[in-house]
Amino acid sequence: MAAHPGGLTATAPSGTAAPDVVNPAVVNPAGKPSSGVGGAVSVRELIRSFGPKGVLNGVDLDIAPGEFVALLGPSGCGKSTLLRALAGLDHDVHGSGIINVPERVSVVFQDSRLLPWDTVLGNVTLGLREHDAETRARKALTEVGLAGREKSWPHELSGGEQQRVALARSLVREPQLLLADEPFGALDALTRIKMHGLLRELVAAHRPAVLLVTHDVDEAIALADRIVVLDSGRVAAIRTVSPQIRSSANAAGHEALRRDLLTALGVEPGVSPGG
Amino acid sequence: MSAAPVLERPAVEPHEDPALAGCEDVRPTGRRLGPGRRRRLAWLLGPSALLALWTISSATGLLDPRILSEPWTVLATAGELIADGRLQENLAISAQRAGLGLFFGIVVGALLALLSGLSRVGEALIDGPVQIKRAIPGLALIPLLILWFGIDETMKVLTITLGVFVPIYLQTHAGLRGIDLRYVELAQTVGLSRAAFIRKVVLPGALPGFFLGLRFAVTGAWVSLVVVEQINATSGIGYMMELARTYGQTNIIVLGLAVYGILGLVSDGAVRFFERKALSWQRTLAG
Repeated sequence: MAAHPGGLTATAPSGTAAPDVVNPAVVNPAGKPSSGVGGAVSVRELIRSFGPKGVLNGVDLDIAPGEFVALLGPSGCGKSTLLRALAGLDHDVHGSGIINVPERVSVVFQDSRLLPWDTVLGNVTLGLREHDAETRARKALTEVGLAGREKSWPHELSGGEQQRVALARSLVREPQLLLADEPFGALDALTRIKMHGLLRELVAAHRPAVLLVTHDVDEAIALADRIVVLDSGRVAAIRTVSPQIRSSANAAGHEALRRDLLTALGVEPGVSPGG
Repeated sequence: MSAAPVLERPAVEPHEDPALAGCEDVRPTGRRLGPGRRRRLAWLLGPSALLALWTISSATGLLDPRILSEPWTVLATAGELIADGRLQENLAISAQRAGLGLFFGIVVGALLALLSGLSRVGEALIDGPVQIKRAIPGLALIPLLILWFGIDETMKVLTITLGVFVPIYLQTHAGLRGIDLRYVELAQTVGLSRAAFIRKVVLPGALPGFFLGLRFAVTGAWVSLVVVEQINATSGIGYMMELARTYGQTNIIVLGLAVYGILGLVSDGAVRFFERKALSWQRTLAG
């Protein structure tokens, strides 16, 4: 277990933690490596606010090593804020709480976020210091089905291909935790289905813990072992997705879970969600 | 002028498939809003037209040689000056001044832009003075520079440097500050060190701005050169022209102008060439 990457200072998580201390974003108490094997995530009493408005109002979350958790919620419920807190990207945000994340964390954003001035291969190896970085990057690109495109510029790829490069870039680091912030949100429906299959394969092969932020109930059911519904900065519901529910044979169970989640999200279950 | 029509599209090969053999190409041609494909040497068209206009007006007697020498006279003068070595000698000195001034200006401008763009302290210290310098016409500094450095090479190179570093600084700084914050976040999530961040994100991201500044700088270097050589020099293209003025030698003056023009055009072309090579990742209207 590691302290947060990047600039976050540790404060003792005592009762004195005022909600409006800048950046106390708390870390692993005393920085002690915990006895458990790296890979687990634990979040306790996480509070984040922008201005007077609380975005996260005391969130607790655990992710076991290798577990796939989908964070489901309507826009503005704080799910991206939670992900950014786990990624250590919430500089200058007010808040408190305890966050423990593994050492190797990778992030996939909604946009592929490829450096336009670097080739596909250069983007995948970005920040890798190992001498065999290039070999590993080529292997990762093969895994996402982009072998032979190493020398291409990002603008020469389609949106789906760019997002595959982003997946390769995050997996080449062998993350213990993969954070994905609506990674398929900008893709068309057909590409999205293909990407679901690809992500499932990649996760099965590399076994990182995954936190997938999405507002798509079907995406959450299709991919996650467990679904956490966030509403108004609090955990509103937690549902486990059994493999049986995902199988096409169990249409009734699937539909029941879907309705259940939609209700938790405050959507009238009778209404079909438009995409 | 045999310029290509605005609306164009590649011709279609006849269908291989016999079933489609009779099909006509009926693709509707949409109006392309971009300027169309890039053509090699197309940039020569405008300068050539000017040259043709000059030649024709001289040949028909429309243009009095005392006002503007004929192109062939200027060519002949160039031949003579090259034969006795004066043109090369003066050109070499001018090129050296411009080159040194440009070099120092680029180094200073780029360094200041990096310092100012990457740290708040740097910005607070550097940006204000540069903006003040920018407000003062470079040539207004010449009297002071002469008092400090005399009229030798140092003053000349320094004048050019001072003219060059401002556009380099301004455009590089703007390019640097324009780098998308999302890339900065990305750099953090992949664990880039500060040095790697500068090398992989900041420098390439600021490169388009740098090249824009470089194009202004190159032109500016020649402008400053003309001024310092015509005010108080004993060598260089500007001095050669100034001397010709006292003897009423229009042909040498025009030759000097032509040399300046060619130098400007060639250097700008060179910058654009390197810009296209370095920024081949960009997809823009320029093509």
